[in-house]
Amino acid sequence: MPVPATHLLVFSLLLFSIGMLGVLTRRNAIIILMSIELMMNAANINFITFSRQLNNLTGQVFSVFTIAVAAGEVAVGLAVVLALFRNRDTIYVDQVHIMKG
Amino acid sequence: MTASAAIFYVLASIAVLSGFMVIGSRSAIHSAIYLVLTFLSVAGVYVLLEAEFVAAVQVLVYAGGIMVLFLFVIMLVNLQDSLGDRIRLHATVSGVVGLSVVGLILYLYSRGQLVAVTTASTLRQGGNLQAIGVSLYRDYLLPFEVASILLLVSMIGAIVLARQKS
Repeated sequence: MPVPATHLLVFSLLLFSIGMLGVLTRRNAIIILMSIELMMNAANINFITFSRQLNNLTGQVFSVFTIAVAAGEVAVGLAVVLALFRNRDTIYVDQVHIMKG
Repeated sequence: MTASAAIFYVLASIAVLSGFMVIGSRSAIHSAIYLVLTFLSVAGVYVLLEAEFVAAVQVLVYAGGIMVLFLFVIMLVNLQDSLGDRIRLHATVSGVVGLSVVGLILYLYSRGQLVAVTTASTLRQGGNLQAIGVSLYRDYLLPFEVASILLLVSMIGAIVLARQKS
């Protein structure tokens, strides 16, 4: 008997909540990006679970797209972190809360 | 409990525990290593769910590409003081928010019952990779091309953002 879908969804829920906790509690911008990656992985697990559940490959195709989007997001996000470190000498998000203008 | 179910529970516990370590460890390098562990366990879960192609992409793109990017940036930034990294003030608020979201979703799960099914053998004819390839290049050709443009744009954007001002 395969793993019931509810357990997979709970697993994905746990990963998503851990990612959300990281985004909400950490100050280091790199760790926040890592937590966003955890949340995207949780979304992918949901896609693939329902792909199996509904006998439809669309979920797997969509998770490939999600991985592509995640790769682009990490590249731009880490570039922003680098630019931030170069200009402000910090990557802690609560030290850059004042905007110019 | 069958072997695949047992493997799933082991992999899921490893992924959740290392996910906790990602947001819990003091050093960013340790977080990155635990993130690799999480990604590999999730890839194992994909294999159990008969999504072999996505599992391979997960290992190649996430554990290979994205993590190298993370490690490079961590070493470039090289912050000494990673102590006191957490926002103590917000910990209670975020704990309440997170627990209520978890409770809400668990309640919604408990309302409905989902039984496990196996993928139809028609999907497995010619293997997972071939089925995904056909679906990707026939039904989702336009999104596929848009994804390539998105990757190009993010590559150019990252170069422009991160380059030294001369």
